[in-house]
Amino acid sequence: MGKTTGFLEFERHDRTYAPVKERLGHYKEFVKPLPEDELRQQGGRCMDCGIPYCHQGCPVNNIIPEWNDLVYSGSHRNALHVLHQTNNFPDFTGRVCPAPCEAACTLNLIESPVTIKTIEHAIVERGWDEGWIEPQIATHKTGKRIAVIGSGPAGLACAQQLARAGHVVAVYEKAARIGGLLRYGIPDFKMEKSVIDRRIAQMRAEGVEFHPNSHIGVNIQIETLLEKYDAIVLAIGAEAPRDLPVPGRELKGIHYAMEFLPQQNKRVSNEPVGAEDIWATDKDVLVIGGGDTGSDCIGTSNRHKAKSVTQFEILAQPPDHEDKLSTWPYWPLKLRTSSSHQEGCEREFAVATKNFTGENGHVTGLDVVRVNWATGPDGRLQMQEIAGSEFHLKADLVLLAMGFVAPVHKGLVEQLGVALDPRGNVKADDLKYATSKDKVFVAGDARRGQSLVVWAIREGRQCARAVDEFLMGASELPR
Amino acid sequence: MKQKAQGLYDPRYEHDACGVGFVAHIKNTKSHDIVARGLNILCNLEHRGAVGADPLAGDGAGILIQVPDRLFRAEAARLGFALPPVGDYAVGMMFLPQDVDARRVCEETLEQFTRAEGQTVLGWRDVPVQISALGESIKPNVPVIRQIFIGKGANVVDTDAFERKLFVIRKQTHTDVRAKRVDQSGTFYIASLSTRTIVYKGMVIAARLSPFFDDLRDERLESAIALVHQRFSTNTFPSWELAHPFRFLAHNGEINTLRGNINWMMARRHSMTSKVLGDDLAKLWPLIGDGNSDSATLDNCLELLLAGGYSLPHALMMMIPEAWSGNKTMFDDRRAFYEYHAALMEPWDGPAAIAFTDGRHIGATLDRNGLRPARFIVTHDDLIVMSSEAGVLEFPEEQIKQKWRLEPGRMLLVDLAEGKIIGDGTLKAKIANARPYQAWLDETQIRLESLPEEVAPMPPSKDVLLDAQQAFGYTQEDIKVFLKPMGLSGEDALGSMGRDTPLAVLSQRPKMLFDYFQQRFAQVTNPPIDSIREELVMSLVSLVGPRPNLFDLDSGGKHIRLELKQPILSNMDLEKIRRIEDNSKGAFRAYSLSICWPVEEGAAGMADAIERICKTAEKAVTDGHNIIILTDRPMDADHIAVPSLLATAAVHHHLIRSGQRTEVGLVVETGEARQLHDFCLLAGYGAEAINPYVALDTLSVLRRDMAEQISEYEIHKRYIKAVSKGIMKVMSKMGICTFQSYCGAQIFDAVGLSSAFLDRYFTGTASPIEGADLDDIAEETVRRHTQAYGDAPNYRNALDVGGELAYRVSGETHVWTSEVVSLLQHAVRGNDYNMFRQYSKKVGEQGDGLISLRGLLDFNFAETPLPLEEVESAASIAKRFASGAMSFGSISWEAHTTLAIALNRLGGKSNTGEGGEDPQRYKPLENGDTMRSAIKQVASGRFGVNAEYLVNSDDIQIKMAQGAKPGEGGQLPGHKVDDWIARTRHSVAGVGLISPPPHHDIYSIEDLKQLIHDLKNVNPRARVSVKLVSELGVGTIAAGVAKAKADHVTIAGWEGGTGASPVTSIQHAGEPWEIGLAETHQTLVINGLRSRIAVQVDGGIRSGREVVIGALLGADEFGFATAALIAAGCIMMRKCHLNTCPVGVATQNPELRHRFVGKPEDVTNFFLFIAEEVRADVKARLPQLPGDDRPDRPAEAAPGQRPEGARHRPVAGALQARESVRRHALSERDAGSRAGRGLGPGTGQTRPERDRASAARDHRPADHQREPHSRRPAVGRDRQALWRRGPAGRLHPCEFQRHCRPELWRLFGPRCDFGVGGPGQRLCRQGPLGRSPDHLSEEPEPARPHQERDRRQYRPLRRHRGRVLFQRRRRRALRRAQLRRRGRGRGRRRPWLRIHDRRLRRGAGHHRQQLRCRHERRRRLCTGRGRHLRRSLQPGDGRAGADRGTGCGAGSAGKSRRRPGGPWPCRRHAQYDGGRCPPPAHADRAPCEVHRQPAWQGDPGRLGQLPDKVRESDAHRISPRADRAASVPPAHLGRSLIRG
Repeated sequence: MGKTTGFLEFERHDRTYAPVKERLGHYKEFVKPLPEDELRQQGGRCMDCGIPYCHQGCPVNNIIPEWNDLVYSGSHRNALHVLHQTNNFPDFTGRVCPAPCEAACTLNLIESPVTIKTIEHAIVERGWDEGWIEPQIATHKTGKRIAVIGSGPAGLACAQQLARAGHVVAVYEKAARIGGLLRYGIPDFKMEKSVIDRRIAQMRAEGVEFHPNSHIGVNIQIETLLEKYDAIVLAIGAEAPRDLPVPGRELKGIHYAMEFLPQQNKRVSNEPVGAEDIWATDKDVLVIGGGDTGSDCIGTSNRHKAKSVTQFEILAQPPDHEDKLSTWPYWPLKLRTSSSHQEGCEREFAVATKNFTGENGHVTGLDVVRVNWATGPDGRLQMQEIAGSEFHLKADLVLLAMGFVAPVHKGLVEQLGVALDPRGNVKADDLKYATSKDKVFVAGDARRGQSLVVWAIREGRQCARAVDEFLMGASELPR
Repeated sequence: MKQKAQGLYDPRYEHDACGVGFVAHIKNTKSHDIVARGLNILCNLEHRGAVGADPLAGDGAGILIQVPDRLFRAEAARLGFALPPVGDYAVGMMFLPQDVDARRVCEETLEQFTRAEGQTVLGWRDVPVQISALGESIKPNVPVIRQIFIGKGANVVDTDAFERKLFVIRKQTHTDVRAKRVDQSGTFYIASLSTRTIVYKGMVIAARLSPFFDDLRDERLESAIALVHQRFSTNTFPSWELAHPFRFLAHNGEINTLRGNINWMMARRHSMTSKVLGDDLAKLWPLIGDGNSDSATLDNCLELLLAGGYSLPHALMMMIPEAWSGNKTMFDDRRAFYEYHAALMEPWDGPAAIAFTDGRHIGATLDRNGLRPARFIVTHDDLIVMSSEAGVLEFPEEQIKQKWRLEPGRMLLVDLAEGKIIGDGTLKAKIANARPYQAWLDETQIRLESLPEEVAPMPPSKDVLLDAQQAFGYTQEDIKVFLKPMGLSGEDALGSMGRDTPLAVLSQRPKMLFDYFQQRFAQVTNPPIDSIREELVMSLVSLVGPRPNLFDLDSGGKHIRLELKQPILSNMDLEKIRRIEDNSKGAFRAYSLSICWPVEEGAAGMADAIERICKTAEKAVTDGHNIIILTDRPMDADHIAVPSLLATAAVHHHLIRSGQRTEVGLVVETGEARQLHDFCLLAGYGAEAINPYVALDTLSVLRRDMAEQISEYEIHKRYIKAVSKGIMKVMSKMGICTFQSYCGAQIFDAVGLSSAFLDRYFTGTASPIEGADLDDIAEETVRRHTQAYGDAPNYRNALDVGGELAYRVSGETHVWTSEVVSLLQHAVRGNDYNMFRQYSKKVGEQGDGLISLRGLLDFNFAETPLPLEEVESAASIAKRFASGAMSFGSISWEAHTTLAIALNRLGGKSNTGEGGEDPQRYKPLENGDTMRSAIKQVASGRFGVNAEYLVNSDDIQIKMAQGAKPGEGGQLPGHKVDDWIARTRHSVAGVGLISPPPHHDIYSIEDLKQLIHDLKNVNPRARVSVKLVSELGVGTIAAGVAKAKADHVTIAGWEGGTGASPVTSIQHAGEPWEIGLAETHQTLVINGLRSRIAVQVDGGIRSGREVVIGALLGADEFGFATAALIAAGCIMMRKCHLNTCPVGVATQNPELRHRFVGKPEDVTNFFLFIAEEVRADVKARLPQLPGDDRPDRPAEAAPGQRPEGARHRPVAGALQARESVRRHALSERDAGSRAGRGLGPGTGQTRPERDRASAARDHRPADHQREPHSRRPAVGRDRQALWRRGPAGRLHPCEFQRHCRPELWRLFGPRCDFGVGGPGQRLCRQGPLGRSPDHLSEEPEPARPHQERDRRQYRPLRRHRGRVLFQRRRRRALRRAQLRRRGRGRGRRRPWLRIHDRRLRRGAGHHRQQLRCRHERRRRLCTGRGRHLRRSLQPGDGRAGADRGTGCGAGSAGKSRRRPGGPWPCRRHAQYDGGRCPPPAHADRAPCEVHRQPAWQGDPGRLGQLPDKVRESDAHRISPRADRAASVPPAHLGRSLIRG
């Protein structure tokens, strides 16, 4: 523990953002890091709990008390090492993770949590700046070959772990560049893509081969891989989006978020967009779905200089503050306002879309009804429309950001014929990560359904250990 | 005839604590009168003995006298043989088997050896005895008692030589009879065989000794000495031979280092030769029969020394030396004597008062601590009477010439031949000057410091060091929690809360061998030492190298010895020893023996490696090396090191077996040792010195990154200091004072090692359960080595995380994880039973991670479950629950009162802990709740204990030990002691409060009995409970506690929590409650004592399942501390000792206390959930009955787990008592109905019985509400006022339902006769506590004849204190008389009884004197002329070095007087939260100037004047929040600190 009474002496200070006006003018990251002395104080707030709830609250089980202490005492290099013990890509999570660890932090129970995410981000950036981050090249090779399909966070984490264990790893990616959702789903203003590139460079040095533009099941047959490799890891994500099947859905101007967001990322990195441009400029934009993807759509639309941005959420507005005694250390349900929300948007809660209206085949608006949520006889929340609360809303561009249901089944999954769970995800347990098909493993959203980057990293790491155990009989990779 | 081990009961854990005394005529005038007086002493000592279930079966009593020549001469003439002159014949007192054939063999064997040794058998005499004087339980096993007369043969010149021959004959006969195995009953025993003395003893209570032996009443039986002894064994198995006196001594006390002493005696076999004994010496082996008591063993050793030519006092000075090493006032020649003999014989350490005689001398000696009383009187007519208490014989004052007591370490000797008393000084001066010991020392003593300096190797590079650390199992925690703080502060680390990690054998991680061992500790029968305040008696001196021939009395100047001040060697010290040959002129030759083996051989190679190491060691000794350095420095990628402990113990025992151990010193150079526990173990298994080179290297490397600039030498020095201080503390936990006797004493229990493995390498160490064997240990060792030198990414540049002390995902498993804690808290807050079931499933260990022994147990299912409505209701079950002892001080007011309110709502019992209780809590709250704790704890510090406190209790609990830190006192760091706490505890704010390890008024079981008695007098309605900690042998202690008339005993397990304790204690002392509880129940049942006492279990009970397991193993009541605290909001921060608990539970910081969110409802929910679970389990699962000990079968361990199921099978077996236990339980009923029980408090009756009986006498209805006890508590308040302040405003109605010991059958409803038929059914119906409710409704029993016995038993007490103790009817009259007397006499107005923070209890007569003497002695010990004046100051105490008392608590009364003046702090706004607490009693006092918090929000200006220590304390670093910045500290606080 850095300082026994640190939590009583220092207030929480977090990173700040550039002013809205300034940051809307570009697609770069706008978070201002904490100065060094401030950061150390924040590390000193950690209480080094007997049960570190953050440690268990974190999906990759970051050993948070340890690096908080090390940051407090100024040993950033050791902190970096501890951080990397449990997390391959703290630079990703330090930017985009919603930080369940901070929700679980003991200080959150009584006041405001330690700025864990900020500290994590600072440690890893310092590591890159100082050149402390080096490839960890395996000294002995096992001669085993593994294909990882998908280069999102799960695929990358899995590949890196396996390469460090001495296996030959090839990563296949259907898109032109490596990174999956990291590269195409997360806007640049949240995470600049050079962050991914430097990790890819590290992994190349560690011996990972990357095969972009290789859409398995489409332009490469899975049989080829099955022949060539000793094990195959599916890290294909959960890309099938949830649809909104209401009248008027076929109108133009209604897009899935994942049709809209990647375009902008490609523009920023000078890639061809490859389809019809979707712009929000001077439009009344409606985002349906109140999650992180929705937020990203808002942020991007605002940078497109949309006329107005509105966000719909079907659930009722959550309370501003959670009842910590009954939720802590778990992720609480409360109103969250992201940096994109701050940049300007209207938020509507408890509204359901009845139908879209359009002119000339293009959407112009939608009919909406307010809903009420009540606990039904089975104990579940049930939705009831409130009679007479219908209203009409004008919209030129509708973005559907209601989440993802499952991995895309067409192609690879069907060809492999792996068993699926009731939700349509590839079926595997979280110990062996093995699918119903021999030597085929699965990790990440493809297995557990849509989730956080940090969960994907965890799955990738654990799957790597499972694969290593499968191939070698035992594994020294950490779980 | 002796009881055999059964279930968990093992006779080797029996203890003694007794009454001893002698009377002698100094001029050696023999008379029967002396014998009669001796017997009289015995009768008057009767209260010091114990009586078990059979009222006439004591633990044994006996008398040792000179051979009564007149009687024997006459008897011999009658029997037809003539006796030679006195001195030329010997009499043997024989206990012979009843079986005629066996007896004949025994007799023939003796005669045969007599003749073989050249002596003549003169004849036999049957000793006339009256069997009717014996107890019923004894009668069947009475030995045939005969005397043999042996005449001096021609081959001996004088009586001394004749005595030696007799010794040889006796030893050979014993060995031979045992070897022939004819004596199945184990009766055969020669109580004495001597020309000078004879012993009459037996399994009788003291008063029955002379009725039993006709001889003792015979006027012709004459002697000038009579040495008597009454035994209070904490176990009552009939054993004739273990009754005292032995052939030369009678002993009151306990030898703690017994195992080590036995080992060292064995080890001497080959190095021992004697001029006087010559070839006979070889015939004496084995010197010590295993299974003998410590006193018998002591006697065996003493007789050997005497036979070898030592004089009686000389031998005793060797065996039980005074404290010499730290005593600067001792005469040089005497110190030289002790220092010289330290190499010859390691001390037999432990509390001891020994009376000894060889027929020509008689005397007594006390051990260095003087913890056992010994007083003597010399009269003008040349009588001397010595006894464990004054007043055993009455003399008119004018007859008395001298009256004094033996002081610690002193000896008293009467030389009968010269007819004078020789005092300690004269005696010892004579012996010390008999030979030139100082000159011998000067010639032979080498001190390590005086050897020329050597160059130590430099620490290796970080990478190499990392590999070594990993191979030796270092974790990040070792560095962070142990090495770094020890290196910086020179102190062992503190921690808090309990241990919730698995037993080493159940862990999935490779555990160090050290982790399989638990430190033993002293409780009740012998006290732990207060190593800080009694530093004078502690010694860490270690002698390395060969020990001289024990019997070589003349050539003392020839054996070179190497002396170390303390046993931890720096790297340079080790090099000095390695190269000692050159510097000692060849007297020493060191041999470095590698304990590594090649990696190719794998795990299988370890057994051979150990074999090779032992052989090499043996050869090295044969080749003339006399120091062996076991070293694992050669460990590298290609070589694996045998665990250093295993290598040490194996070599130590191998050399003992080969008889070479005393020819060589054992030094261990190991990278493994780093925590304190490791060093203790190495020393305990034979290492005389230890060099922890990796730990030192690690410190050297760490040093470079430290903020504090500190030299390598300094950091090593501080670490070594921390370790050696820690060893001292661990030694003191067991009551051992000297490292020399700790070394090899094996004061450890193994938990989870196989007995084959232990027998082979750790001979003499006990394990209650089976477990890992050599293969497992080897596998773990290899696993660590592979990790270190392998390619695992996580170990490439970091140590393992550990996770022992704070949870880490990849570290050790814990019970309390974030998930478990949140499940529990959410369940109780939301009143969600289903969620609670999820919680208990998680802690139930039925899934993946096995943690504890109970995880290995499962229930046998009933074929037909009970209907739930027939099971006792949850509300009723909850009445059996109590909160654990947590003091106000360690936890906050809010947390403490929440628990109390909750338990009072349920009818359970909350516990004050040892911190006292604010009197305002005795008043009920307006809403009907009460914050009064039903259980009042009386711990060694006596904080807050006064009569008012005690009368406001339902239970009074004497805390002898605590699960988290057995053998140590509670600790409250100074920064947690605010003004309020200080007031409640009668202390001063800011002063760290560390309770002494022992109760300074309980040095033996008799003392405990006395305290129990006293407490019952203060509050006759309360049950008196004794809290013990589970360890092997706790059952025998519990039996003693039952015999000391406690009503209740608590068995605490090692998982128990603590507010602050050394991590070593939390992790490595005590045992799981399963073992202690089962053993307690079994032992109590075997002894027929179970029905006298209720048994509570606590220490890590978390779920209904565990409650039911506890019930099945014999518990009646259950304590919950950690779990209940978590229900109230604790989140296991483990920061209690730092005062920074962020949820306001374990802190006194007002700002943090505001954060406390717990509500009594949460806690009641928790207890009701548990009770509900118990009901469900009972309904669904249990066909058995409580205490019917075959509840469980081993759970099938899940496949793939590290411990294979088979390895743990014996666990359940050990916990189950066998058939015989049940049989005993039955006979207990019978005995109970025959014997009945006495009357009055503490006679073993249940409350209803007692009340019924007293009602029968008083012709009052049983439910008559009695007047409170008429004895006036010694507080300045009106008695009635006290009582009116009782709980909830009631006049303490005698709720006998609450008070009576719970009959556990109720737990299981009326239909509990399933499964067991016949007598078993009866047993079951009655439950372990004996009485079914049908029984309760029976007519009151008529008054029993045994009332008489109870009265008689207390007669001596009554006489000596001048008061009647238990006779209710007379109490009132007596009190009236007392009041009259007090009113009349001047100076008679004294408190009647004071159990109080002021340690000196004043009472009447000798009792006062006894206490005063003890008090004086203690004060002298503690403060000895100001030099040893020490109070343990915590950082931040603010009282640097100031003495406010004697340290042993005696000063606390003074403290309360010195409480600073000034206004009381205003409480109105600061400390009472939300109207939950009423205004305090003192609210009407003048408030402080500003209504501010009383403590710790100081402004810097004021604090700037304080001593540095205070300023630096964490408490003051808490900067005030802006809104409170204006607050100022109350004026008195600053003053008190500054004054300090």
